[in-house]
Amino acid sequence: MDKNNNNSKPTRRDFIYTLTASLGVLGAGASVWPIVSQMNPDSSVKAMSTVEVDISKVDKGKEITVMWRGKPVFIKRRTEDEITKARNISLGELPHPETDKKRVLKDEWLVVVGICTHLGCVPINGKGEYGGWFCPCHGSHYDTSGRIRKGPAPTNLEVPKYKFVGNDKIIIG
Amino acid sequence: MSEYSNKKNEEFSPVHTNKVGGSPYTGVIGWIDNRLPIFRIFKHEYLDFQVPKTLNYFWSFGGILMICLIFLIITGLALGMHYKPSADEAFNSVEKIMRDVNFGWLIRYAHMNLASFFFIAVYLHIFRSLYYGSYKEPRQLMWLLGITIFFLMIATAFLGYTLPWGQMSYWGATVITNLFSAIPLVGEGIVTWLWGDYSVGDAALNRFYVLHWLIAFLIVGIVVFHVIALHIVGSNNPSGIEPKDTRDTVSFSPFTTSKDLVGMLVFILIFVAVMMFAPNYLGHPDNYIPANPMVTPAHIVPEWYFLPFYAILRAIPDKLMGVIAMVSSIAILGLLPWLDFSKVRSSVFRPIWKQCVFLFVLDFFLLMYVGAMPAEGIYLVLGRIGTIYWFAFFIILAPLVSIYEKPLPMPQSINEYMDWKKKGKIKTFNFTG
Repeated sequence: MDKNNNNSKPTRRDFIYTLTASLGVLGAGASVWPIVSQMNPDSSVKAMSTVEVDISKVDKGKEITVMWRGKPVFIKRRTEDEITKARNISLGELPHPETDKKRVLKDEWLVVVGICTHLGCVPINGKGEYGGWFCPCHGSHYDTSGRIRKGPAPTNLEVPKYKFVGNDKIIIG
Repeated sequence: MSEYSNKKNEEFSPVHTNKVGGSPYTGVIGWIDNRLPIFRIFKHEYLDFQVPKTLNYFWSFGGILMICLIFLIITGLALGMHYKPSADEAFNSVEKIMRDVNFGWLIRYAHMNLASFFFIAVYLHIFRSLYYGSYKEPRQLMWLLGITIFFLMIATAFLGYTLPWGQMSYWGATVITNLFSAIPLVGEGIVTWLWGDYSVGDAALNRFYVLHWLIAFLIVGIVVFHVIALHIVGSNNPSGIEPKDTRDTVSFSPFTTSKDLVGMLVFILIFVAVMMFAPNYLGHPDNYIPANPMVTPAHIVPEWYFLPFYAILRAIPDKLMGVIAMVSSIAILGLLPWLDFSKVRSSVFRPIWKQCVFLFVLDFFLLMYVGAMPAEGIYLVLGRIGTIYWFAFFIILAPLVSIYEKPLPMPQSINEYMDWKKKGKIKTFNFTG
């Protein structure tokens, strides 16, 4: 071996070593991957990932909470006042700047995942300093657009993928 | 081939297999010991083993922790025979253990409270090391193994707390697993992977149960290393002076064993009193409300033993930095043997370091108090002061005190230390008994 190593040209033995090592790594990876992957959500969990919600009975200024992927989703029918409050603010004042227009499909309806972006608690509707939500766990305040205004949460409440079906139905997911 | 035939017999090294023999015992025990040296190892490490004769009751906590661990595993095994790790059944199966299973109430209350008492003992054990400098050369690796055990204890205690699937279990699990989402880029993916779903649910509970078991046995494994290391470097002692000969030591049995037994009995007495008269005192009543993913309890708090670290998490307004601070507040203990490089081990001879350690203990209780309070107003301020001192203790005070502190005059040996103590030349806690 030592004599071969002095030679700059790779030998047949080098080739066999490299090949064996590569196959070993590949084999180890192929055995570990199923063990890691089994922990991820399976297809049956993923298949449950859309819900249809009837919103015809929600009055102005009210909010309903529906379950989507095991998480609460807030569907809020906002009043004119709440919409103006969400829009009359310059982006510079926001910790996570997003316009209200970008966060809704229809001005009246705000749909957000009801999970505080800090550590996953469910914020309480109508509480807090900005008229939106307040998270009781670590004190994050959200406004009427579900945007973080004060507290430890790093980002705004997540807007899930959703669409309107006619005027009184929403499909989330 | 030629090399082999040219050598003489004497030039070959003997083969070190088949070393049957050497046991100090005879008869059946000797026969076994000659083939599997467990009896002579036990004799060597637990009967004849030499221990400094100055050990006070703070040195009982190692043995106490061992007892706690054994009883946790035995009660855990019993609970595992009745518990069902599924989101639909978990809460009810725990209630069934409490109401129907023979002695189920006793076994569960014992397991719950033992977890708390395990932490009480480990905190006293860690304090002992801090005060008497047990982490210093040559015991750094023991100290690091100890910190590893502490991390594993935290993990398994957290996992165990989620199993009853009450409101605190559920929301505790949600908040703690969400700590991983603070990791940039891959955080969300890791959290989904940990959950096996898009929220904490059935899949998470089932794996938490398995991991709760696994980590319990990992602790047993690391404890074995911790003890092996102890038997190489030997016990530290209140004087911090290494024993020189048998004038400074006693044999482990019967001296240390009987003293440890006294400590254990007192500890068990207090434990049994709490378990019998106030079994839920250290828990949270909300955990007797079944888990509800749609409603977070108005005020969520972790178990009492996590409160100081929880306070550090909340003291920092940024999510990622908060998580980093919380994890480092424990990990930084591991650096102490190198941050505190004073040659003197025991605080008995370190007037300034002694004050720092006492302040550190006060800080621990301050943070514990703050962690139980809402994260606002004065509590936020106190939490920040507490967090600053916590880190300053390690990063600033330890090295500075090592450099500038003038240690008190020290005796030459453990024997002389005891002599000085008798004459009142040394002021210590009176824990020697």
